[in-house]
Amino acid sequence: MRHIISLLMENEAGALSRVAGLFSARGYNIESLTVAPTEDATLSRMTIVTRGSEDVIEQIIKQLNKLIDVVKILDLSDGSHIERELMLVKVRAFGKDREEMKRMAEIFRGRIIDVTEKTYTIELTGPGSKLDAFIEALDQSAILETVRTGASGIGRGDRILKV
Amino acid sequence: MELTGAEITVRCLAEEGVEFVFGYPGGAVLNIYDEIFKQDKFKHVLVRHEQAAVHGADGYARSSGKVGVALVTSGPGLTNAVTGIATAYMDSIPLVIISGQVPVPAIGMDAFQEVDTVGITRPCVKHNFLVKDIKDLATTIKKAFYIAATGRPGPVLVDIPKDITQQSHEFAYPETVTMRSYSPVVKGHSGQIKKAVQMLLEAKRPMIYAGGGVVLGNAAAQLTELTKLLGYPVTNTLMGLGAYPATDAQFLGMLGMHGTYEANMAMQHSDVLLAVGARFDDRVIGSPEHFARDARRIVHIDIDPSSISKRVKVDVPIVGDVGGVLDEMIKLIKAGKEKAEAKAITAWWTQIELWRAKNCLKYNHASPIIKPQFVVEKLWEVTGGDAFVTTDVGQHQMWAAQYYKFDQPRRWITSGGLGTMGFGLPAAMGVQLAHPGSDVACVTGESSIQMCIQELSTCKQYHLPLKIVNLNNRYMGMVRQWQEFFYGNRYAESYMDSLPDFVKLAEAYGHVGMKIEKPADVEPALREAFAMKERLVFMDFITDQTENVFPMVPGGKGISEMILAEEL
Ligand SMILES: Cc1ncc(C[n+]2csc(CCOP(=O)(O)OP(=O)(O)O)c2C)c(N)n1
Repeated sequence: MRHIISLLMENEAGALSRVAGLFSARGYNIESLTVAPTEDATLSRMTIVTRGSEDVIEQIIKQLNKLIDVVKILDLSDGSHIERELMLVKVRAFGKDREEMKRMAEIFRGRIIDVTEKTYTIELTGPGSKLDAFIEALDQSAILETVRTGASGIGRGDRILKV
Repeated sequence: MELTGAEITVRCLAEEGVEFVFGYPGGAVLNIYDEIFKQDKFKHVLVRHEQAAVHGADGYARSSGKVGVALVTSGPGLTNAVTGIATAYMDSIPLVIISGQVPVPAIGMDAFQEVDTVGITRPCVKHNFLVKDIKDLATTIKKAFYIAATGRPGPVLVDIPKDITQQSHEFAYPETVTMRSYSPVVKGHSGQIKKAVQMLLEAKRPMIYAGGGVVLGNAAAQLTELTKLLGYPVTNTLMGLGAYPATDAQFLGMLGMHGTYEANMAMQHSDVLLAVGARFDDRVIGSPEHFARDARRIVHIDIDPSSISKRVKVDVPIVGDVGGVLDEMIKLIKAGKEKAEAKAITAWWTQIELWRAKNCLKYNHASPIIKPQFVVEKLWEVTGGDAFVTTDVGQHQMWAAQYYKFDQPRRWITSGGLGTMGFGLPAAMGVQLAHPGSDVACVTGESSIQMCIQELSTCKQYHLPLKIVNLNNRYMGMVRQWQEFFYGNRYAESYMDSLPDFVKLAEAYGHVGMKIEKPADVEPALREAFAMKERLVFMDFITDQTENVFPMVPGGKGISEMILAEEL
């Protein structure tokens, strides 16, 4: 099962490598991992997307909790939550494709953030599945480059991860 | 008052009540050594290799229950120490390791004797720190001791760049430390404890399985009281030996790969299992699938939630300090109901006695060649079962575990998790320093002892009267045993050729050497050696080359699928 895990950790040098090292040493799978400081600069918030059986996920959370720098963990998948990911896609856009690309971006509520004679760069935010759908909807040969941030997540309503 | 980083480091160690620092100097720690020279709060023990510094601190910690301290220089000093750190990590031993580092501006420049210490040690420490600002130094050391000793203990490393040891800063040692990211759970959940007691009282075929966590958590007395109160059979893991008195009738011996027949059978066939401070590892329960074939309900008490339901699913998990949880269980049992299945339990004991009657540890007493088991039995007799025993790794380790009956915790000092050859001698140094005047034996093999043999020199310098019991079978015996059983007797590189004359070697280091070749000489030699209270005695016992350790559970098999001596 896919799980999205949020954690708050001390914003110390090497904190990220402790998490990454844990996943590689124990053979856990990482689909994506994002990290950035929070409004409190001493804390970083990390979102990890991983896959595993319930037993494996239980171990992952226990092992993460054991890291001395980890302050708090929430398995967002345990309840209702919102997931967002940002993607930038550079596409070929000239001739008859140009109008088509603009239309596609609009349909997916993307924004064109850079324009040249031959290309558009489109910014798109949403759950990972929406980004996947956008990529699929495009003419594959028109995609010049893509970059994705990996998922960030937050609990719905009063499900709050805070120190 | 302003102190230099080196002064602060040394003052912090003194504030923590450190008695011994096991170490080895080098460029990056010279300022610290200069301060050590000027103080008399703790003693520095100069080892001959940094691996031994960490093992020495480890032996001190295991036998005393206090935090052990090692000090090494940057680069090769640190890399030499890694085996020791990993050994302590695998067995959850509280250590603080201080390593020197190149000056902060030189970090990342491939400077002389620079290694990424935090990176190299990260997977084998409970936590590590690189001190980049002198104002953090004292609190970091305070945190290191706190983290090492609390929760599930473990080694913590503090990497201190050389320029930090030179800079000055106001010194005040923090009295306490709180960390929002670290607060180990100590009290077990009362509801769970009630459930566990209920389950234990309803058992028909109960079994108590206790591991190193009982020793580390200083809960041997509680384990013994609970076990006596219930009248149930009990086994200890390799790491747990001494947690329950081995000479008591309720004790079934060690379990696991080289556990007794009765302990492994009772484990497999139990219907309610109480696991205390143990982790169901592969050397203990063998194949988890095979173990799960017989249905049983499991109560598991451990300080570390990640040890629970890792390899085996448990029914009643209790996270908490083992001693506190056992105390609460004892109270409930004393206040509460009787056992529901008294009759079934009598039948269970009858079954266990049948298993025990197999006498799975018997061996040939009439042999004209010295049997290694005989040496350990005699060692136990001669020391009145009261010695501290360290070991290396191999057959001799298993024989020591099987035949030396430990009645007290912290007397048995062995590298269980990592299985580090070379551990025995330096660990024994730490034990002897913590317990001057006590008998300390190092049971070893001719291969293992050569991995840290240089420490005989340290023993001379600090007058450590260890008794080295070398079970010399001219083979890496444990390797040879596997080759005999599983590799068609092809003894690839397991013969120890060109051995030194250990008697002369011991003498060259300034100690007493003895070579013992006949069974009749075993006991007199041991008596003579232990009578020499002031001297280190190296006893080289020439033992049967072909002896194997039984019972044995082959790798990947279930624990009730043992090979017994008589079956070959
Ligand atoms: C540092 C290290 N290297 C290799 C091994 C693998 N190993 C386990 S037991 C053993 C043989 C030990 O031989 P010896 O010390 O003579 O003891 P014996 O088994 O003969 O009693 C070896 C090589 C190990 N445990 N540790």
